[in-house]
Amino acid sequence: MQKRLVLDQTQISIIISRFCHQLIENHDDFDNTVLLGLQPRGAMVLDRIVQRMREIRQLNLKYGYLDATFHRDDFRRRDLPLKANETRIDFLIENKKVILVDDVLYKGRSVRAAMDAMIAYGRPLKVELMVLIDRKYTRDFPIRPNYYGRQVNTLESQYVSVEWQSQGYPEDAIWITEKESK
Amino acid sequence: MQQLSTRHLLGIKGLTETDLQLIFETADNFKEVLNRPIKKVPSLRDITIANVFFENSTRTKLSFELAEKRLSADVVNFASGSSSVKKGETLIDTVNNILAMKVDMVVMRHSSPGAPHFLSRHIRANIINAGDGTHEHPTQALLDAFSIREKLGEVAGKKVAIIGDILHSRVALSNIFCLQKLGAEVMVCGPVTLMPRHIGELGVKVEQDVFKALQWCDVANVLRIQLERQQIKYFPSLREYSLYFGINKKLLNQLDKEIVIMHPGPINRGVELNSDVADSDNAIILQQVENGVAIRMAVLYLLAGVK
Repeated sequence: MQKRLVLDQTQISIIISRFCHQLIENHDDFDNTVLLGLQPRGAMVLDRIVQRMREIRQLNLKYGYLDATFHRDDFRRRDLPLKANETRIDFLIENKKVILVDDVLYKGRSVRAAMDAMIAYGRPLKVELMVLIDRKYTRDFPIRPNYYGRQVNTLESQYVSVEWQSQGYPEDAIWITEKESK
Repeated sequence: MQQLSTRHLLGIKGLTETDLQLIFETADNFKEVLNRPIKKVPSLRDITIANVFFENSTRTKLSFELAEKRLSADVVNFASGSSSVKKGETLIDTVNNILAMKVDMVVMRHSSPGAPHFLSRHIRANIINAGDGTHEHPTQALLDAFSIREKLGEVAGKKVAIIGDILHSRVALSNIFCLQKLGAEVMVCGPVTLMPRHIGELGVKVEQDVFKALQWCDVANVLRIQLERQQIKYFPSLREYSLYFGINKKLLNQLDKEIVIMHPGPINRGVELNSDVADSDNAIILQQVENGVAIRMAVLYLLAGVK
């Protein structure tokens, strides 16, 4: 089984801290900015960011979890339908700056669906995208992240897996694996 | 990643417990969608659904239509009263003509038990049974069980009494199947004349005393007396029925516990349910209606996803 480590626990932690500082630099006291973690895996990244942000600065962060399953463009086109996850957003995003948070940016289709789903909560002032891993040269849509942890060159035959200690893995890690060996 | 074990919803009988849980979990998500400022998702935008109602309906038809529109499906409505059925067209011909207009799903209500099953063997579209005679009304049972789950946390282990006209009720049969699959205990209560002869063989308790039934249960699902299906008189008068089987606040106050009151509608106030009960905090009748849209969205979405 071919497996290559992209980021280890320390590196992920450094990236999360960097994300927080970049956000504070660009969004000041967050009085007009909200964070949305894309379900299911972006929510884990968002939780880490929120946790670290609270250690850095006392901020009144507004954040929620957005599920875009019902807005996907591959419904009835894939073998099995995707199971929806919980959407938990208890605020409107009308005239707010929205930061979408996900773990891996690949084809850009999930982000497109998420932007579609997000509009149900109002017309945002501005939308930014933050991802831990940006898989370069694989995009189907003209979508580019505003913040990324690491850019990687990958093949279609590869899969980027993100493992979190909170999910029972020995430590936080991001791997590139061959799809066959998954 | 799961899908339903069937491509038609003909009755609860044909569903597995996993199917039921999948429908409930999906309905949870749609309930959240229904509370958004924009209550619409684009999932079924390439699907056309025909609502074919050979029998009168208000809330089921409205609920299905709303669910379809919330999912962005194209909807065509058909009511037999104003159609060629009156000119002698057969069921298959009617539906095939609708399907020739490239319809993907058919939601059908019919007065003959088994009509949707018959249709599912002859046409390619997904069929959803919105009530077939006195047989099944699966989406009503799903929304009833979903409402119990929402109110009491879970259905397993709960005691549910179905009270009223069991003989003519498709809601009763679907509810019995659904609640039993989910691990609830079911009792039916009503006049002997309105009780199917072999109902006990379905594994339900049978009771004639409404007070004893209420004392036993956690949830009372009260059914309407279906006068339109009764060819003969099954009880002397509505007044007498109300006296022996009607549920009022006085009766509930005599119980040593709080119970949940449900009713699939339309209510005959003063017959099976008094206003002081129907409008009380014990009743979750309007929550049932709200949940109906979420459940029907879940069913339509999941059936559309089955390959």
